[in-house]
Amino acid sequence: MSVIEVSELRKSYDGRTVVDGVSFAVEEGEIFGVLGPNGAGKTTTVECVEGLRVPDAGRVRVTGLDPIADHEKVARVLGAQLQQSELQAKLTVREALELYASFHARPADWRPLAERLGLTDRLTTRFAKLSGGQKQRLFIALALIGDPQIVVLDELTTGLDPRARRDTWELIEDVRAGGVTVLLVTHFMEEAQRLCDRIAVIDKGRIAALDTPAGLIRRSAGATVISFTPSTPLDDRDLNTLPGLASLAHHDGRVTLSGTDETVSAVLTLLARLHVTAHQLRVTEATLDDAFLDLTKEAAA
Amino acid sequence: MNTAVLRTEIRLFRREPGALFWILLFPTLLLVILGSVPSFRHAEADLGGLRTIDVYVPVAVLLGLIVSGLQAMPQTLTGYRERGILRRMSTTPVRPSALLTAQMTVFAGAALGSALLALAVGRLAFDVRLPEQPLGYLLALVLAVLVALALGAVVCALSRTTKIAGAIGSAVFFPAMFCAGLWAPVQTMPDVLARIVGCTPFGAAAEALNRAAAGHWIGWTHLGVLVAWTVLLTAGAARWFRWE
Repeated sequence: MSVIEVSELRKSYDGRTVVDGVSFAVEEGEIFGVLGPNGAGKTTTVECVEGLRVPDAGRVRVTGLDPIADHEKVARVLGAQLQQSELQAKLTVREALELYASFHARPADWRPLAERLGLTDRLTTRFAKLSGGQKQRLFIALALIGDPQIVVLDELTTGLDPRARRDTWELIEDVRAGGVTVLLVTHFMEEAQRLCDRIAVIDKGRIAALDTPAGLIRRSAGATVISFTPSTPLDDRDLNTLPGLASLAHHDGRVTLSGTDETVSAVLTLLARLHVTAHQLRVTEATLDDAFLDLTKEAAA
Repeated sequence: MNTAVLRTEIRLFRREPGALFWILLFPTLLLVILGSVPSFRHAEADLGGLRTIDVYVPVAVLLGLIVSGLQAMPQTLTGYRERGILRRMSTTPVRPSALLTAQMTVFAGAALGSALLALAVGRLAFDVRLPEQPLGYLLALVLAVLVALALGAVVCALSRTTKIAGAIGSAVFFPAMFCAGLWAPVQTMPDVLARIVGCTPFGAAAEALNRAAAGHWIGWTHLGVLVAWTVLLTAGAARWFRWE
């Protein structure tokens, strides 16, 4: 069952179109990623899901409810961590947790949540005195405190150190294991690749691709990366004729090619024909990073 | 009204020494300083037989209320909006309006507390008579609090940032204090000026408080002026206010 449905969503500010016909559906219990370059319309899209913005056109449903008309009901099932927002400077961590818990009829117990997010020794600290990472962890706790069915996390691990980031990823996996659907906005590839079941790549207000992380990599032009150091220099003209070639680079006498499986066999055939030995030959799968750059290439150009 | 939000805002207000001083203590402190001047404790013919200290009690009452409504509240609320606190609250089942009403309640309570303190100190330290029309006085006081909050809400609605709110708040603060009679009590103003000042929210409030203190009915004119300003300013604030 789809818990979030977005169809033909459009939103513009002062005549500038930010979201231009975005459609996707998030299934119950999945971690769904929204990935895209800065200014692609990711945040606006999820803000329409959270009921913070009124769409110009299109339909948004959260567990079948309209986030604007049924705002209160939606807020009971959806927890949100916003990208830019603060709390009252002199509010302590404990007071914030208790206050936000009181907004819900059946809140989660904030103690284990604070423990899990490493906030236990900061309970009496005022918000303004928290570090960036601690603030971020508090926001995640506040998003989860209503024991929501769906949680929307916008730029989840921004400002966290690598250790806290990994801990947070584990927490999100646990949350999902508990049956919560996660909508995750990020521009951090490793995070998307590690956590997401499916990813919508948004670029210039439209969905450029929607697939599993592996699917996105497979469908990008340079899904396979081949690198080797040839025993004698190779002529670029030979390399450029390889089938399915997506990119070609030389660095320190090392040749790096990206393309398809077909490119791999063709390059091996070529090397054999030319009697060139390939030292330190490596064939690797491209990362989501590569796929992302490929999918949003035209935007940069 | 969400009581958890209100309790939190009261707690946070208690952590603001600046606001506590300027709203609760400063007006009474000013009264004490004026009352320490011996000549201000003699009856004066100009004031209709009242002493200077007598006419400054209502001024002190209005001062706390104006600081609360015009200086403190717009600063806090614009800050809440600027820093996304209202936005965060809109993602919960509790509407951000709960935060607005809690804030208004806190500042109204602080203004009333400041007024009671000024009245009590005036009575105990300087023998200023308590209002002879307590109900009329209370009515005038409540209306004055409402008009101060409404004016503060307009300042908040028109200011995008806390800096602008501070600037507009100060710009309105001095005329408001003039009308309330900080420099020259309404009773001492020339007739024409007094009539003009009587049409402003705090001029009308000052006159209403004076009449009730002297045991008269506060008068439909002053009442009408206060209600009209409150309605007008509230409508303006509601129209211009932006949640983000």
